[in-house]
Amino acid sequence: MSGRVSSAQAAVAGAIALFLAAFLVVPVLAVVWIAFADADGGLTLAHFGAFFGVSLLRESFWNSLYVAAASVVLASAIAVPVAYFTARFRLRGALLVQTLGVLPLVMPPFVGAVAMQLIFGRNGSVNLLLGDALGVTVPFMEGLNGVIFVEALHYFPFILLNLSAALANIDAAMEESAQNLGAHGFRLFRRVVFPLAMPGYVAGASLVFVKVFDDLGTPLVLNVTNMLAPQAYLRITSLGIEDPLGYVISVIMVGFSMLAMWLAARALRGRDYATVQRGGAAGERRRLTRAQAVLAYGWIGFVLALVLAPHLGILLLSFSKVWSYTVVPEQFTTANYATVLANSSGMIVNTLLYAGLAAGVDVVLGTAIAYLVLRTRLPGRQLLDLAATAALAIPGVVLGIGYLRLFRGVEVPWLGGPLAASWIILPIAYSVRRLPYAVRACTAALQQLHVSLEEAAESLGASRRRTLQRVVVPLMAGGILAGFVTSFITASVELSATLLLAASESLAPMSYGIYLYMQSIAGRGPGAALGVIAVAIVAAGTYASHRFMAGRSAALEGRA
Amino acid sequence: MPQRLRRAAVALAAAAALAAPLASAQQVTVVTSFPKELTDAYRKAFESRNPGVKLEILNKNTVAGVAYVRELAPGSRPDVFWASAPDAFEVLAKDGLLEKYDPGVPGIPAKIGNYPVNDPEGYYRGQALAGYGIMWNTRYLKANRLPEPREWADLAKPVYFGHVATSSPSRSGTTHLTVETILQGEGWEKGWSQLLRIAGNSAAITERSFGVPEGVSNGQYGIGLVIDFFGLAAKANGFPVEFVYPSVTAIVPANIGLIAGAKSPELGKRFIAFTLSEEGQLVLLDPKVSRLPVLPKTYEHAPKGFPNPYAGTIKPKVNFDANLSEERYYLVSSLFDQTITFRHKELVAAARAINDAAAKLAAKPNPQGERLLAEARAAAYTPVVDEAKAKDKGFLAMFRATKKDAQTAKRVTALEEHWSTEAKQNYARAVELASQAAATVK
Repeated sequence: MSGRVSSAQAAVAGAIALFLAAFLVVPVLAVVWIAFADADGGLTLAHFGAFFGVSLLRESFWNSLYVAAASVVLASAIAVPVAYFTARFRLRGALLVQTLGVLPLVMPPFVGAVAMQLIFGRNGSVNLLLGDALGVTVPFMEGLNGVIFVEALHYFPFILLNLSAALANIDAAMEESAQNLGAHGFRLFRRVVFPLAMPGYVAGASLVFVKVFDDLGTPLVLNVTNMLAPQAYLRITSLGIEDPLGYVISVIMVGFSMLAMWLAARALRGRDYATVQRGGAAGERRRLTRAQAVLAYGWIGFVLALVLAPHLGILLLSFSKVWSYTVVPEQFTTANYATVLANSSGMIVNTLLYAGLAAGVDVVLGTAIAYLVLRTRLPGRQLLDLAATAALAIPGVVLGIGYLRLFRGVEVPWLGGPLAASWIILPIAYSVRRLPYAVRACTAALQQLHVSLEEAAESLGASRRRTLQRVVVPLMAGGILAGFVTSFITASVELSATLLLAASESLAPMSYGIYLYMQSIAGRGPGAALGVIAVAIVAAGTYASHRFMAGRSAALEGRA
Repeated sequence: MPQRLRRAAVALAAAAALAAPLASAQQVTVVTSFPKELTDAYRKAFESRNPGVKLEILNKNTVAGVAYVRELAPGSRPDVFWASAPDAFEVLAKDGLLEKYDPGVPGIPAKIGNYPVNDPEGYYRGQALAGYGIMWNTRYLKANRLPEPREWADLAKPVYFGHVATSSPSRSGTTHLTVETILQGEGWEKGWSQLLRIAGNSAAITERSFGVPEGVSNGQYGIGLVIDFFGLAAKANGFPVEFVYPSVTAIVPANIGLIAGAKSPELGKRFIAFTLSEEGQLVLLDPKVSRLPVLPKTYEHAPKGFPNPYAGTIKPKVNFDANLSEERYYLVSSLFDQTITFRHKELVAAARAINDAAAKLAAKPNPQGERLLAEARAAAYTPVVDEAKAKDKGFLAMFRATKKDAQTAKRVTALEEHWSTEAKQNYARAVELASQAAATVK
């Protein structure tokens, strides 16, 4: 079925290419050409030479690499057991665990850091308690190891989400056969389950690696500057947006991130992960022995405690009047919520609209790209994947500046102003920045779907379109939903491009409002209150989509 | 499918239009880096005074604000720029992005100390005053049994090792003014020596200037170098903090200016005039805002104990020289980052070793140890650029040249690399010398 290239495929690919060119490639090139340009406009590679001549930047490069790799290891240690236990064993509250496990992604950048400082900081609650009880304090939040700690806690849901989706897609017969052949316990996991779920794990792990490698917020909040992203940001924002070295760093980051994604894809190539039968949901969930149960619940409890600590922190902060050098705040109030609801309720609506729109665009594009790449022979299809994935490595600042440059003169009639100053630019920026998540999730879902199912449908006389509608998309639903959820929740807390592109407070989303509040002493309470509302909304959405999924797989099961 | 998509897009657009009512014709847009409490207070006051006019706030940090204004076409730009750092206004004025406007408010003095309140060329006007000082958390100091600091020099003392926090001049306009104030007040070499000692005592060089008052308020750090209103506002909001102006301080205005090519310049002028009026100045005294008004008679309404720079409650020793500051802006910022921010770990290690050796020698003095310790201090606390070089016009010009020129960029980069490695070596040498000094104590 993959022999022909239909005009419909070409048209879809063309439309996607146009979107990516207009809102990703050209804006980014409009900014990064500085890295290659000389004063008189000629091309030069001198700036790259300069990069490698600076020991600070070489050191930063290795630090970034170390932090990214170590974060993947720590995030895997957190996420893999949680995903496996909740997907394969009878565990009370598995759904709750999966929902709570996604919460860290929802934490708006500044709130998360503020809350982590309050809980794990030098004189945060934990260290004050430790100091009182044992006379020691632990530097959780200092230096590179602090960055790794925070990044792993923040990004492990990428692995959890993708791995859970992959586990749910494994043919239960595989595990049952393995069990019949005598494999169980760790051996079953290591030799059968985990290898089959590899696409999901690699999708998640590579996302973690690239996100951490490019992440700016966490190192900055922890005041770690000897890493690549902070160096690029510091140069661009302090030496001016014309400073070439800042863009050289950006280009190197983009290149390296794409290399990492390519390596991840290569690692999976040449192997077949597809299973014909669907659904771990159909398989029997195993029981845990008492010792295993203690271990599983213990680990999950520990992880949730870590994950929820910052949430508890902002919850306390949102109800606090004064919180200083004490384990918990000493005065409580609800005034912060009143302030937020009186002044910023429009931002909540804006956030839902922008993030929903962006996530919708992302899953449509993501599904289309996954299908084009895996199921067609369209020339240049890999380029679409590559371009969409490259968005992951584009710092929000670069994209924001690119949009301002490119679209300030583009008048859109019904918006009543230039595109760069209208609200629509925000959902566009979000959809471009979060597209890689949707593409990864959709690709992983399609990789696990055996092509013979489509061939069967087509040989039974279904048209290609009907096959897509009735077979491919429904069977990919889990991955598509994972993509939607990831895009939605990360878009709703996006900050770096928002800061540049939000043209007015009345059109701004919550992340912007939280950032504003968090810039002053009296604003921390209201900022935390807005953060709590954001977390609650997104958590409710995530829970609802998990419920929807659970209902769907039950329905599929019933049909089968 | 496309039909459905289009319908969905139209529906969403309609929803957005409902969610965010279309801008009315009567709207004044202000780009500012000031916190939300301040802008909310001004919005309330201004809108009640001018019914039918909407005040739209565009909150951006100063650097992003300048970039934003610059990237927009004339006619679609916001109306007013409002921020602390005078450098940003200088940049805007040089790029022709500001328009001269004088609301003619009587009673505002021409100068505070030797510093002109308004731009001598008339492009922007002082709207509030700001001084720089030391803020501390009283609970933190009590728990760690630390004395209360009064002067910058106090912060260089070993007793405060690991308890101080500051930001970097390249990150924050206000920190730049503080650093420049110390350099102008103490002189280049002594000023840098003091800055290096304070940074060596610092637990963190924060990326945001607000990171310092935030960390001090919630007790993560004990003492911070901050702009006055952060300290005053935190105290007014019930946090256990105190704030003092050291004698080496300067009072500098925070500014407001009309943007050239604004959408509605007339409304912009009306807003600027309002912020400078008696009523507008009174908003600054709101406890959540706690800024020093520029109009002297406003202080009659100030709460007890509120500092008044016109009545001598702050005695700034430094007559801030804005030209000097602007001339060496990049040098100071870059030197600070290369030798302090990016080498903070190494600098702290040097400070720790020096403090240890000093404590040991204080108990059992010996001349050889003293000499080694002095050498260690000299290694760690001497700036890698000396005063003569910092005054060299050609040297300074290199930093101001366009960064697009690959040759210049290369020279600057090579220089920064040199500072960075030299600082690293110096700190390592200081550690070695200090441990030798400590070893002389038997």
